[in-house]
Amino acid sequence: MSKLSSISRKVPQILRHGILACTGLFALLPFIWMVSLSLKPQEDIFAADFHLWPSQFSGVENYTAAFVSAPMLHFLANGIFVCAAIFLVQLIVCVPCAYALAKLRFCGKDTLFAAVLVGILIPPQALAIPHFIMLYLFGILNTYASLIVPWMISAFGIFLLRQFFRSIPDETLQAARLDGLGEFEIIWRIMLPMSTPAIAAFGIFSVVAHWNDLFWPLIAVRDQEISTPALGILLFRDDETGQSLGPLMAGSVIIVTPLLLAFLAAQRRFIDGMASTAAK
Amino acid sequence: MANIHLDTIAKGYGETAVLKGVSIDIRDGEFLTLIGPSGCGKSTLLRIIAGLETQDSGSIAVDGDIIDGKRPKERDVAMVFQSYALYPHYTIYDNIALPLRTRRLSNAQRFPLLGSLVPGRQTIEVGIRQEVGNVAEMLGISHLLDRKPGQLSGGQRQRVALGRAMVRHPKIFLMDEPLSNLDAKLRVQMRAEIVDLHRRLGVTFVYVTHDQAEAMTMSDRVAVMIGGDVLQIAPAEELYRNPDDIRVAEMIGSPKINVVARKHWRIGAPQFALPDSQIAFRPESATIAAPSGGMLEGNVAGIENLGADIFVKVELGDAGPMVVRRAPGERRLEIGESVSVITDAAHMLVFDAAGKRVRPVERIAA
Amino acid sequence: MSTKTASARPAKRLGREERLAYGAIFPATLLLIALLFAPALAVAVVALTDWQLGATTLHFVGLENFKALFADPVFWTALKNTFLYVLIVVPGTVVLGLIVALLIEASPRLRGFYRAVHFLPVMSTMSAMAIVWGTMLHPTIGLVNRVLASIGIAGPNWLRDEQTALLTLAVIGIWQGFGFAMVLFVSGLKSIPQELYDAAAIDGADSIFERLRTVTLPMLGPVMMFVIVLTACRCFEVFDSVSVLTQGGPNYASEVLLHRLYTESFNYLRTGYGAALTVIYLTIIVCLTLGQTRIMERRVHYT
Repeated sequence: MSKLSSISRKVPQILRHGILACTGLFALLPFIWMVSLSLKPQEDIFAADFHLWPSQFSGVENYTAAFVSAPMLHFLANGIFVCAAIFLVQLIVCVPCAYALAKLRFCGKDTLFAAVLVGILIPPQALAIPHFIMLYLFGILNTYASLIVPWMISAFGIFLLRQFFRSIPDETLQAARLDGLGEFEIIWRIMLPMSTPAIAAFGIFSVVAHWNDLFWPLIAVRDQEISTPALGILLFRDDETGQSLGPLMAGSVIIVTPLLLAFLAAQRRFIDGMASTAAK
Repeated sequence: MANIHLDTIAKGYGETAVLKGVSIDIRDGEFLTLIGPSGCGKSTLLRIIAGLETQDSGSIAVDGDIIDGKRPKERDVAMVFQSYALYPHYTIYDNIALPLRTRRLSNAQRFPLLGSLVPGRQTIEVGIRQEVGNVAEMLGISHLLDRKPGQLSGGQRQRVALGRAMVRHPKIFLMDEPLSNLDAKLRVQMRAEIVDLHRRLGVTFVYVTHDQAEAMTMSDRVAVMIGGDVLQIAPAEELYRNPDDIRVAEMIGSPKINVVARKHWRIGAPQFALPDSQIAFRPESATIAAPSGGMLEGNVAGIENLGADIFVKVELGDAGPMVVRRAPGERRLEIGESVSVITDAAHMLVFDAAGKRVRPVERIAA
Repeated sequence: MSTKTASARPAKRLGREERLAYGAIFPATLLLIALLFAPALAVAVVALTDWQLGATTLHFVGLENFKALFADPVFWTALKNTFLYVLIVVPGTVVLGLIVALLIEASPRLRGFYRAVHFLPVMSTMSAMAIVWGTMLHPTIGLVNRVLASIGIAGPNWLRDEQTALLTLAVIGIWQGFGFAMVLFVSGLKSIPQELYDAAAIDGADSIFERLRTVTLPMLGPVMMFVIVLTACRCFEVFDSVSVLTQGGPNYASEVLLHRLYTESFNYLRTGYGAALTVIYLTIIVCLTLGQTRIMERRVHYT
């Protein structure tokens, strides 16, 4: 009797793990498939029977092929450089503006804030044509600058930081003024260190968006030399070596891994950051 | 060392006037308390002295020099805030050292990241370390220097806030309700410590509070503010014994002073008290007598026994309730018992219809 | 005398704060105008011209571009497909995300592990993962058809078949997005006070489904609304998987708005036409977001 009831009490737990295992498998399947294929030789992939684990391990060959025939590391370096540059410029531009909107009194403040809110509404893809024309006129299409310039301002970043800055008590700023800090030092020594959660959330939002972005690099860049990872893997697919699935999957692993590792290393930060910036 | 001369300071936000032309002379080395209900303008006045807000008109002079246009950091004032306003991301040491760093290090030495490479910074830092150590020792927080504000109790944070204010030896100390976030016991203790600090430093203190016990026990003089005006500035004793305004009389003293309109007095009211005036007296300057033996008649409505004192609430009918202090040895009273109240003319304070004090001499002079 | 200096000074100090503020907002304001508002305006202007990229001449053609657009069956196909995509992906994402969130929050066991697993697709680079999906959906060597073949079903050529292409893309869309919905639902679940469940239990609602019906789902209302609109917005922005896997084909069966916009503007360089398409696209997104804020405001009063 008691044994029976203990089993019936376990049923919901078993059901929970069962369903989550299924949905989890759905989420993970492409990753498992990708890794599996990246370790297989071409004939193994096309073999009539299928095994998850390669019958003949050719991971080394596949990954070497990916690294040799396409500048995978170069793509990654481009991605890091472009994302870092975008985020840095966004911070330099947005932080003073957010500080002024949150803590200073000036004429036109409400207008500017309304403009920021409208700015959040505009989807960036809708500005692709004018951005393209602008970069074309400047003659900087197909350069690193063309990947960075359109993203120098983030209306959403201003909004997010302004909301957070407002939660910092005025008394703290007044204490800083009495202690002799100038306005720049107040931003650098007081506002920024006290806003690390907001900065981190904004950073994650910005980096994830631009690391994974395909739409804009596809428009602005034709050259493998300055491709970001998302575009680079497409160029590699159209490449001769990329026609073989093993190296192509190896390339995909290389492209996808860095961000996933960063996510696994700081899960809480990432999930909270993405959730808190979802308002976008 | 500094005296502060406030000359008709006025300040308003939009339609509302927060300060209506306040003038106060604060003496060198004095402990002056600004007391008043919330919204009376006392904190605004303090912020104007600090330079955090700007007055609409009027001027401030320190030691005879007008400082109106000066920025907070040029005024040589320190301030302790209600919330302490410690920097949560800095250690206690860095919190206290910050005002010294901003004053002693050059702009280049304070430059982000690269500043520590600029020559000469190390020797200055050694001096700062010395002084922060002294201050920490004086306040008994030496063992907390490596912690962050979040790990400290309210009382410890309070001391750090004091330390940050003290460390640069300002001419003027401003305090904005610094004890209001502490529990009752700690508040009494810190009261004594701040008084002691004032005695040791000997500089001018301007202290804002709404707690009359703090005002009475700590200050050399108290300025009572209501509705943007200063009603009276005097030592606590003087405010208690000799208030100029009925609002001052009502604010100072616990339990509150008794106020009974002239018309309710059967006998005993001072002769100079006009029919529309109000007569006030303290609970301790009245006694309870047999019914119809005294000046005011009523019933006992409540008895509060605090051990050393017993406060009897007497309901006077139309004239409202009043409180009389009795010694514990006196006869027990019953709730509802009919009694009368006696006081003597020497302890009566007479106020005119507008609430201004009327004194016998003035009456004679008029 | 002293009042005179005093009244002159405050104005000057206020001026300093304003100067400071203007200095601080100057770069951002300039860039807001140069990179957001001026381009948005430019799109609207270009939409009224016959301009082609690189052309030196330009004529105002009024609403010709819009007329051409509305006369173009491909545009209507793309619009229909986009809405169809939204209609499949939004319910799929919301339902799957909600179920996973409820199950994850039901017990602390393996909670962190499950959350991370389901969130991985959100973080992954879509262009690379789309390539992977392409191989999984390959008609002969792909995982999906191999599995189907093992139980005796001959799977279709998922991405090359007009019947299945859009549906397949929608499944990929759900795969990428349901983890994000899950995270939002979890934070919504966490904010439901335990007392409500206690009260419901005392009132007799103590079975799992009763609790769900009386407390959980009603309290999740605002989050639900938010997730729906957010997912819908992301759906309208679907581009990567289409561009990588189908290019809108076969026979425009999987053509969507943003991919149409890209193709017309940057492949065929029909800039005016592309700009007109952009205006339509912009209008849809802005209406959707504004609708969301309107609904959210009403919800706030309700809770």
